[in-house]
Amino acid sequence: MALANARVSMPDRAAPGEVVEVKALMRHPMETGYRLDAMGRPIERHIVERFRVRYDGREVFSIDLTQGVAANPFFAFFLKATRTGKVTFIWEDDRGEVTTVTKSLTVTE
Amino acid sequence: MSTRRQAMTRLLAGACLGFAPAIVLATPAMRDQAIAELTGGRPVGNGKVTLTIPAIAENGLSVYTTVAVDSPMTETNYVRAIHLLSEENPIARLASFRLGPDAGIAQVSTNIRLAASQQVTALAELSDGSFWQDSKPVVVTLAACIDGG
Repeated sequence: MALANARVSMPDRAAPGEVVEVKALMRHPMETGYRLDAMGRPIERHIVERFRVRYDGREVFSIDLTQGVAANPFFAFFLKATRTGKVTFIWEDDRGEVTTVTKSLTVTE
Repeated sequence: MSTRRQAMTRLLAGACLGFAPAIVLATPAMRDQAIAELTGGRPVGNGKVTLTIPAIAENGLSVYTTVAVDSPMTETNYVRAIHLLSEENPIARLASFRLGPDAGIAQVSTNIRLAASQQVTALAELSDGSFWQDSKPVVVTLAACIDGG
């Protein structure tokens, strides 16, 4: 799946120590594995299991998901801008598919 | 709430899964067990955590939920994890957020699924090893899993 399936919204620059809000949205069915298709066959589970955020090479935030998270999982959270660097967002689903979005955060002196 | 209504809710929720009786919805006891596993049996205080969720959710497939924890989020005093738990969904644990001082503010939001009207619980683990929680009742008009996922 292409990068277009995931979107992240956050400021690209911030003052030192400023806390910025991050919003991340992924297009994903989050299929529970409990439903049946039109023929009465179980629909196989297909969910994003893990979402991770790396800031300047270090993991600073992560989420473990279950079927209890709605389809097209959306997350809003905060990051403290301490240094200029790349912020990488990684979604991993239970079929081994990995989607990555990278943003740059510039800390203005 | 009467046990008969609870039984009926569970029956309807089970029916909406359109599935064999193998699928069992969580119970408050299962949620409590999930909390005990997360805390290692340590006591859980009330306070510090604010769970914001609609009192009436028209669509259980997507319920906007925010958890905020009262914490300075410094290197020595921060929130380690926030867990969202359900007492009626097939799985008690909805999502676990792991954070630290780099988050700056201990607040997370997401959309959760709710299979029936129930109490939703937010459990926070602090850097000093203490646990805090908040619970809110949610009336679900259209339960998750009736159709459309």
